[in-house]
Amino acid sequence: MTRFLITRILSAVPVLLVVSLVTFLLIWLVPGDISAELGGTDATPEELEAIRRRLGLDRPLWERALAWYGDLFRGDLGYSYLLQRPVLDAVLERLPVTLSLAGLALVLATVMGLMLGILAAVRHNTLADQGAMVTALIGLSIPDFWFGIVLIILFGVWLGWLPTGGFVALTDDPLGWARSMTLPAMTLALTQMGVIARMTRSSMLDVLGQDYVRTARAKGMPRGTVVFRHALRNAMVPIVTVVGVLTGILLSGAVVIETVFSLPGVGRLIVGAIQRRDFPIIQGGLLVTACVFVFVNIIVDMLYGWFDPRVRDGR
Amino acid sequence: MAAEAAPAPLSLAAEIARARRRRRAAFLRRLFGHPSFLIGFVILAAFAATALLADRIAPYAPTKIDYRAILAPPSAAHWFGTDGFGRDILSRILHGTRVSLTIGLWVVAMVGVFGTLLGTLASYVRWLDGLIMRGLDGLMAFPGVLLAIALAAALGPSETNAIIALTVTFTPRTARIVRASVLVVQGMQYIEAAHAVGAGHGRIVFRYILANALSPLIVQLTFVFAVSIIAEAILSFLGVGPPPPAPSLGNIIADGRSYIQEAWWIAVFPGIVIAVAVLGLNLMGDGLRDVLDPRQRVERGGH
Repeated sequence: MTRFLITRILSAVPVLLVVSLVTFLLIWLVPGDISAELGGTDATPEELEAIRRRLGLDRPLWERALAWYGDLFRGDLGYSYLLQRPVLDAVLERLPVTLSLAGLALVLATVMGLMLGILAAVRHNTLADQGAMVTALIGLSIPDFWFGIVLIILFGVWLGWLPTGGFVALTDDPLGWARSMTLPAMTLALTQMGVIARMTRSSMLDVLGQDYVRTARAKGMPRGTVVFRHALRNAMVPIVTVVGVLTGILLSGAVVIETVFSLPGVGRLIVGAIQRRDFPIIQGGLLVTACVFVFVNIIVDMLYGWFDPRVRDGR
Repeated sequence: MAAEAAPAPLSLAAEIARARRRRRAAFLRRLFGHPSFLIGFVILAAFAATALLADRIAPYAPTKIDYRAILAPPSAAHWFGTDGFGRDILSRILHGTRVSLTIGLWVVAMVGVFGTLLGTLASYVRWLDGLIMRGLDGLMAFPGVLLAIALAAALGPSETNAIIALTVTFTPRTARIVRASVLVVQGMQYIEAAHAVGAGHGRIVFRYILANALSPLIVQLTFVFAVSIIAEAILSFLGVGPPPPAPSLGNIIADGRSYIQEAWWIAVFPGIVIAVAVLGLNLMGDGLRDVLDPRQRVERGGH
């Protein structure tokens, strides 16, 4: 297991190198004089010159790339002139909101998706099966940010049960936090549970057709025990893969949903930075989110090894 | 086998052509006999028709401002209501579908080309494999459409830049799928046979390998089409897609977000249109996968 883990962590190194290279090149794609954008409208020529020198815009690209990597290794993601603070501080301050939203949505989507998928597999080729799969397909086809707006109109504006947006910190008021997170998390979970439901169904159908399942049933084991103890555990490997993919979708979904619900996460930070054309923040937000995703993928692969010993033994 | 009397080459060619036609007809029958594909196809055709005929069937010009009908609810004059400038939502949606469709088709074409190119290069040219795959892994490490959002933000809001941003975002997964299926085909005996009879690399790649590795690519591109319609809407919603006042489904929803208290119809209707179009494409993709990739039929076969 240790060896598997080390190989897996080492394989993340080239990925992170490419991620940071793409992030670095982002600023190079911007047409026109970037120092004017970064300094804002009221920057003096001297200030612009200082920005240009600090960013090294007078130096060739490869030198700037080396400087960028040097800064990264020292944990310096750059400086936002518009926010007047280091990028890393601004991003890390917002990260908990994004992570709790994506995490909450992941738990909800996994639980609902598993239930829906197991139901569909156990009641294969019945109305329940078809209903579950249609629900899953519709969820997959709905744009999540729009669904968020619909839920706001429904539960916020018409029924008035939940706030239409805004954020309450967990430490200030746990109930208020739950109320402010319910709609955003449900938005993401309801649109994404279909992926898990579909994978659970097909993986369970595979396993339920196996001989050992028939044997378990034949020796008189209760149906629930067979489904959950024998079948589900063996059906988990493909499901875990999908959960890993889903985490990425949920992270990026959280970024967009934060804008819809006015939640102060990394997404709102990035979108605000796009409007102000504050590129260091866009770069930093992108880089940190990608790193979180790479880290999550390592955890998913470990789970993979835990569910399927063949993976960790490298067979 | 060669000992059998060889028919005259001309009639053999005719026989092959006839067999091909028969196979194609059987394939189309199976495809359109698949309920998911058929429903999806009808939806997509309707979507394409509205996009093409937007000028003719839209009751108003999409940017026509009418101060006497600001935030008018759905009515006989304005089926889907009007927005804060009194612009007709139905007309804006009809024209918006054109943007979605154009961007979707371009992204599918570009992802198809670059995905095939990178996937084939990676599997065919040994020493490029590691390099290409690590690059693609890196691009796929950006979650969801986040990379597209950042790219579109850097390049500036325009239709072309949205296409570029989405292409870069969706190519890696497609290239991996092409690579995987090319690797399978490469190991087949008929490829070895083609090498043995001295077929050139170009002929082998195009006539034999790609032709036989096409199915997963086609299925994948249908899903790319679906996600790029949603992704375009996200870009427009965040203000980095095709710029207003020209309508796109995403920027109509963005307009509507400011009016959720008093005018629900602005945001709600364009989203329904997106959902229906994407549902159609997903159904088509599911149908194509069932028909093109027989292994998946296990899933429907039961236990």
